[in-house]
Amino acid sequence: MPSSDYDPASLPDLLPLYYRRLFPFSQYYRWLNYGGVQKNYFQNREFSFTLKDDIYVRYQSFSTQNELEKEMQKMNPYKIDIGAVYSHRPNQHNTVKSGTFQALEKELVFDIDMTDYDDVRSCCSAADICSKCWTLMTIAIRILDRALRDDFGFRHLLWVYSGRRGVHCWVCDEAARKLSVAARSAVAEYLSLVKGGEETVRKVVLTDPIHPFIRESLTVVEHYFSQYALQEQNILSNKESIDKVLALVPEDILLKDLLQHFQTEKNPEKRWGRLKALAKNKQAAVKKGQYFEKEIMLQYCYPRLDVNVSKGVNHLLKSPFSVHPKTGRISVPIDLRELETFDPFDVPTISLICEELDRPRKGEEEEEEDETKEKENEKDVAERRKIRDYKRTSLAKYVKYLDQFLDGMARSWKGELLRKSDLQKDF
Amino acid sequence: MQFSGRRRKILSNPQTELYGHCLQFYVQPPLENITLTEFETFAVERLKLLKTVENLGVSYVKTSEQYSKKLESEFSNLNFPYRAAADDKKVQNGPTEYEKRRKDHISHFILRLAYCQTEDLRRWFIQQEVDLFRYRFNDLLPKHKLEFLHRNNLQYDTISVEEKKALAEKLINSSYAVSGITVEDQDFYKVPFQDALDLVRTRKVYLKAGYVYIPHQDIVTIVLNDFRTRLSKALALTARSLPAVQSDERLQPLLNHLSHAYVGQDYSIQKSVGKISLEQIDSLSVKSYPLCMRQLHQALRENHHLRHGGRMQYGLFLKGIGLTLDQALQFWRSEFIRGKVDADKFDKAYAYSIRHMFGKEGKRTDYTPYSCMKVILSNPPSQGDHHGCPFRHSDPELLKQKLQSYKISPSGINQILELVKGMHYQLACQKYFELTHNIEDSAFSLNHPNQYFIESQKLLGGGREIKREMDAPQRAQENSATRGSTVARETSANPSQDLAEMTEDLDSFFQDA
Ligand code: SF4
Ligand SMILES: [Zn+2]
Repeated sequence: MPSSDYDPASLPDLLPLYYRRLFPFSQYYRWLNYGGVQKNYFQNREFSFTLKDDIYVRYQSFSTQNELEKEMQKMNPYKIDIGAVYSHRPNQHNTVKSGTFQALEKELVFDIDMTDYDDVRSCCSAADICSKCWTLMTIAIRILDRALRDDFGFRHLLWVYSGRRGVHCWVCDEAARKLSVAARSAVAEYLSLVKGGEETVRKVVLTDPIHPFIRESLTVVEHYFSQYALQEQNILSNKESIDKVLALVPEDILLKDLLQHFQTEKNPEKRWGRLKALAKNKQAAVKKGQYFEKEIMLQYCYPRLDVNVSKGVNHLLKSPFSVHPKTGRISVPIDLRELETFDPFDVPTISLICEELDRPRKGEEEEEEDETKEKENEKDVAERRKIRDYKRTSLAKYVKYLDQFLDGMARSWKGELLRKSDLQKDF
Repeated sequence: MQFSGRRRKILSNPQTELYGHCLQFYVQPPLENITLTEFETFAVERLKLLKTVENLGVSYVKTSEQYSKKLESEFSNLNFPYRAAADDKKVQNGPTEYEKRRKDHISHFILRLAYCQTEDLRRWFIQQEVDLFRYRFNDLLPKHKLEFLHRNNLQYDTISVEEKKALAEKLINSSYAVSGITVEDQDFYKVPFQDALDLVRTRKVYLKAGYVYIPHQDIVTIVLNDFRTRLSKALALTARSLPAVQSDERLQPLLNHLSHAYVGQDYSIQKSVGKISLEQIDSLSVKSYPLCMRQLHQALRENHHLRHGGRMQYGLFLKGIGLTLDQALQFWRSEFIRGKVDADKFDKAYAYSIRHMFGKEGKRTDYTPYSCMKVILSNPPSQGDHHGCPFRHSDPELLKQKLQSYKISPSGINQILELVKGMHYQLACQKYFELTHNIEDSAFSLNHPNQYFIESQKLLGGGREIKREMDAPQRAQENSATRGSTVARETSANPSQDLAEMTEDLDSFFQDA
C-alpha cells in the first residue's frame, strides 16, 4: 500500500473525519480508566495536544469519555501525547497551591527510535526506515518483551508503532504504573547495554560472568544476526563497514589475522565465522572473558533505549492512535503474535482509512450486527455507527487487538475489585 | 528532644539498650537534654563527617581500600564510633565508646532538623547518610551484622534449598561475587526488585518475575534500602513539625547556619550577570571552559544542535557564568536556526525550556548548574549525546586524541590518563586545568564546572574583563571560520583543531592592550 497517497496538506481536512468517525474513543477510555479501580484515574490524567502550526497545549484533562471526545473533535489535534496521572486535575494545575500538583503515576514506557541506530545501519539514516532496518525493531521488541515479562514479572505490555520510525512500549501493570522515578531508571538501566555517546567507539562491554539477562538477549540477537547484519546490512562486505567492525576487535594480532583472512575470503558468513573462532580461542587462552564477538553483535543489534523517556513519571509520550503528521500513519498497537510479519509500510494512513469509509458498504455488515446486537442495544446510535465505521476500515484489526489486550487487563482488575469488596465485607 | 537548661535524670537506663551496638538504625530520637554548646559541636562534627563522605565518594570508588582508609581516619579524628569495639574500654585521653555512640545518635537527629527543610537538603543528607551507613555496615564483622539485623528486627524472606539448587547456575552467573560454594553456603533472600534497585540497575543480581535473589553477602543492599526509605519518611515527618522548632530563637539561626554551611556553593547566583558578551564565548570556551563544556560548545557550533541532556548541562553552565536570559535565548536561537530548526520552531519548542532554566516558566524553580558529581554520576550520554564528563564518558583513546589536539604535552596526557584509569575523574580534570594554565598546583579542589571557570578567570585576570562588542567584520570572520570547522568527526583526523585555532586567533581581539 503506497504511503505516497498521503499528502500532509490534506491533514486538516482528514482529522475532523478521523476524530468524528474513526478514533476508537471507547477502547481508549476503557484503557486509561483502568476499570475504575482507582478513583479519578482518568480524570487526573494529563493529555497534551499539538495543534496546527506546532501549537502545543499541555495539561489537558477530561472528566468523561464524552468530554474527551467533544474536545478532540473540537481541537482536532495533529498529535496527542499522554502524560502522567496527577494529584489534581491537570487542567486546574494553576489553581492548586504550587508544590502540591504532582505527577503520581504513569505506565512504565519505553521509546525506541531508529535514529539512535544510525552508526550501525547502512541502508538508511535519520528518519528513514526500510524493511531491512526494521528488523532492529523486531529484535528490540523480542528482547525487551521477554525481559519485562520474565525478569520483571510484568504482564500487560502494549507495543505500539510510533507512526514513523520507531516503537513504544506501554507497561500497564498496576505495579509498573506505581514505580518511583528511581525504580524506572533502574529498570531502564538494567535493560540498557549499549552505552556511551558520540565520544565512545566500543559501546558494549561485557564482563564475566555474563548475566542471565544478557544470555537471553544474545539468544534473540543470534537468531537474527546472520540474516540481518551479515546479509542485509553487509557489515562484513565493504571496506568502510569492515573497518567499523574491526575497530571493536581488541587486539592488533587478531586484527592482522582477520585482515589477512578477509583478503581471500569474501563470504560474510565465513568471515564472521573466523572472527568468532578467534574470539573463542581468545576465551580459552585468557581466563578473563573476551567476548568481543558478542559485544559486536550487541552493538549492532541490541535495542537502544532513550532512558530519559522511561525515567520520568511526568514524561509525555505519543499516544496510540495518534496520527503521524509527516507520514499520515496511525500509531497502532502491534500484535506480537504477528510481529515477524509486521510491516510498518502496511500500517494504514489516515487518508487510506478515510477513503475506505467512503467505499460502498458490503453485505457482511448485517451478519456482524446480529452477532453484537444484544450489546449494541445498550449503546446510543452514534456510538453504534462509529463502531461500524472503523470496522469498515483497515483500522479494524488494530482496534480489535486493543480490545483483546484490554480484556486481558480487565481480568486482573476483576481480581482486584473482588479483593477490595471482600475486604469491605470484613468490616 | 528537650532543650531546657536543666538536665533531668532518667531513671531507667534505656541508653545501654540504645547504644548496645556500634551501628544504629536511628529509630528512637534522643530523649535527654543537651546543652546548646554540645548541640552545636555535635552538629558541626557530623557535618564534617558527611562532607568527607561526599568528597570521598566523588574521588574514590565507594568500596575501594582508599575510600575506607580515608573514612576510617576521619572517624577517629572526629571521634565517631567506628567498628564494634568489643567492650567499652576507656581510650586514653579520648571519649569512651559510649560517648561516641551517643554523639553518633544525637548528631544524626540534629542534622535531621537542619536538613529536612527543602527537597535539595533532604536529598543531600539522605545520600550522605546512606553512604555513611553503607560503609559502616560493610565494615562490621559477620556476627555483628547478624546481631544488628536481629536487634533492629530486620527480617527478609529466604529461599528453600531446593529452589537454590534449581537456580544455582543462574545465581552464579548473576554476580561475580557468587560461586558454587556461596550458593550452597549462604542464604539467599528473595525480595521485590524495587527493594534492591542498586543491584538491579547494575545487573548484579538474579532477577526473576519481579523478584531479586540476593546472597547474604549482599544483604547490605536490602538493609540500605530500608534505611533510606525510613530516613526519607522520617525527614518528611520532621519537616512537618519544624515550625515548632523554628520558633525557638536559639535554634533557628543555628539550624539555618548548619544547612547552609556545608552544602557547598551552588553557583546559581552569579555576581557577574551580564559581564560576558556573546562574542566572548568562543574564546572563553578555549581558555576557561572545563573539557565537558568545551566539548558541548564545540558540538553545538558544529551541529547547530544539542540534545536535551547537552542543552541542560551547557545551558545551566552558561547561566552560571553570567549570561542573562536574553543573551541565552539569543545564543541558542542563533545557533539552532543555522541547523534544522527555524526561528519559529525554536521559539515554540526550545525557548520555553531556556526560560525554564532561568526560572521564568513553569515551576519557577531556579535550576542550579550541574556539579561534577552530577555530571559524572547521573544521566550518562547515549547515542547522539555530547554531554557528560569527557574524563568519565569518553573512550580513553578519543580522550587522548582530543588532549593531543589541544596541545597537551605527552607526559601531561599520560598523567591525565593514569588518573582516569584510577577513576579519579575530577583529579584528571584538575590536572588538565593545571596543564592548561601553566601552574604547578591549583589551590582548590574541583567539584564544579563553574568553579573551574571562575578559577580559570581568576588566574587569567578575566575577572576584570569588561564587556565589549566586536565590530562587524570580525564577527563575519568568526562565522565563516566556525562554518569552516563543520567537518564530520570521521573525516577529519583532528576535528577540533580548526575550531581551536580559530578561537585562539580571536583571542587576540580580547587581549588587554
Ligand atoms: S571533572 Fe567536572 S568540570 Fe571537569 S570535565 Fe568532568 S564534569 Fe566537567
Ligand atoms: Zn533501512
